[in-house]
Amino acid sequence: MATDNPQHKNQKQARKAPQAPRRGAVQHRIGLADRTRSWRRHHREVARQSFFRLWATPLASLMTMAVLAIALALPGFLFTALKNLDQLTSGLDTDPHISLYLKVDLSDARIDSFSRELLLRQDLASVELISPDKGLEDFKQYTRFDDLLDFFDTNPLPAVITLIPMARDADALAQLRNELAQLPEVDEARLDLEWVRRLGAFMALAERGAWVLGGLLALTVLLVVGNTVRMTIESRRDEIQVSKLVGATDAWVRRPFLYSGVWFGLFGALMAWLLAQLALALVSEPVQALAALYLNGYVVHGLGVRESLTLLLTGMILGLGGAWLAVGRHLKDIEPG
Amino acid sequence: MTAIRFSNVGKRYPNGHDALKGVNFDLRSGELAFLTGHSGAGKSTLLKLIMLMERPSRGEVWVGDQDLARLPRKQIPFHRRRIGVVFQNHQLLFDRSIFENVALPLQLSGYDPVDAARRVRAALDKVGLLSREKLNPLTLSSGEQQRVGIARAIVHKPKLLLADEPTGNLDPALSEDIMHLFEQFNSIGTTVLIASHDLSLINRMHHRVLTLADGRMVADGN
Repeated sequence: MATDNPQHKNQKQARKAPQAPRRGAVQHRIGLADRTRSWRRHHREVARQSFFRLWATPLASLMTMAVLAIALALPGFLFTALKNLDQLTSGLDTDPHISLYLKVDLSDARIDSFSRELLLRQDLASVELISPDKGLEDFKQYTRFDDLLDFFDTNPLPAVITLIPMARDADALAQLRNELAQLPEVDEARLDLEWVRRLGAFMALAERGAWVLGGLLALTVLLVVGNTVRMTIESRRDEIQVSKLVGATDAWVRRPFLYSGVWFGLFGALMAWLLAQLALALVSEPVQALAALYLNGYVVHGLGVRESLTLLLTGMILGLGGAWLAVGRHLKDIEPG
Repeated sequence: MTAIRFSNVGKRYPNGHDALKGVNFDLRSGELAFLTGHSGAGKSTLLKLIMLMERPSRGEVWVGDQDLARLPRKQIPFHRRRIGVVFQNHQLLFDRSIFENVALPLQLSGYDPVDAARRVRAALDKVGLLSREKLNPLTLSSGEQQRVGIARAIVHKPKLLLADEPTGNLDPALSEDIMHLFEQFNSIGTTVLIASHDLSLINRMHHRVLTLADGRMVADGN
């Protein structure tokens, strides 16, 4: 805010001109409180005016906002999806599992006794037997390929024993897996830690990707707002020149353009919020159905209050930033003369 | 008291054209003077130097007790607020009412809106356009637009009033009216410098006349 009385400062700098006693140039002195009040009044006034100016050209403004909305909605949607995935995986049982696929020629009695032998081992926390019949039932219940099984005369599924080992570190788990694989009853032993790790790695990648995309789209928002504000500046060239001629400071001239940037950002973000919520609502039903198959009680979350506020604030800050870029670049070029 | 002092001022534009060459003159506070000369003689350049729309290439320009060469860029707006300027082409804004055009200098300086409104009406009253304050300046005649420009230049009661060809497009009767307005402001203590090439009008007014020719001050007298 440029408010201080320039005469004080200049007097020190100026050497006295011959025959030039001081002129009382400022007739109407404006106190600090008045200036602060007028500064705030100007902010309010400019915010209001730039708001209405947006709607003086509704179609152009809405188009700009729609571009901003898409650029903001995409990262908004992605981050929400990631948050959901994160929630989903954190709800997952991340204990390492070892699945033992038993040889198919084992008798039911032998399978039973083998699983009881495993129960006695000190290095296993839990042992669960899934008999071939139970496996078949699950398969029929959760997939649509139950017809497929009619092609087989007998149940083709092996008995599976799911173990949760006491050990947690990867080497010990691998060693245990190898040891169990050597047992004569076991056809194949599979350590089910890998997919959790892979999921974790995939999530990290997706998150990184979302940030990169978010960054690029943020740049888009900056440039779109910057360009729109540049055009506004161009269309108000006369006003800027006249204002500067009658003594407008740079801050005063800049203010309306910065506000229109903020408005663009805010309305773009509001539209983005609607778009993201709409997109989430569209995918939520199939995701819910999918989740119901694997995880009980999982609910798809939309944009919460915090995320919504973050989205709006991001939009406003990017709008302000874009306007600032345009103003810094173009306003200096417009000098009266 | 010196309102304006030019001391050996030269202005060379980047294209090599010398708009002003070694110009010297003083304008005392409370004086009214005409600045004349054929077009291209340097009248507008001289006014632009006072307004800091241009910087001199040589010499010193003083406004009041301020050496303009020592005025930093950031202070230019405050310098301009102390001066009222009337332009040949009015420089009015056609996206707002007459009232709002005149109120602009007061808004910039942060006047209270109620106080500002009072001053705007007083200024419009002085130029005889009080009843038209709500209209757009586009609806006015050229002479009336010029009077709005004058109201805007004097609304914040500047000590120094500059006018660049204020009667450029006006018929003689209107021109004389406008000049009498300037005399009125001068009579209450405002220093007035009017650039004009309307010699017959100037001669009838009996004030000091500064004459520029080809960038030099060739005559200074009544």
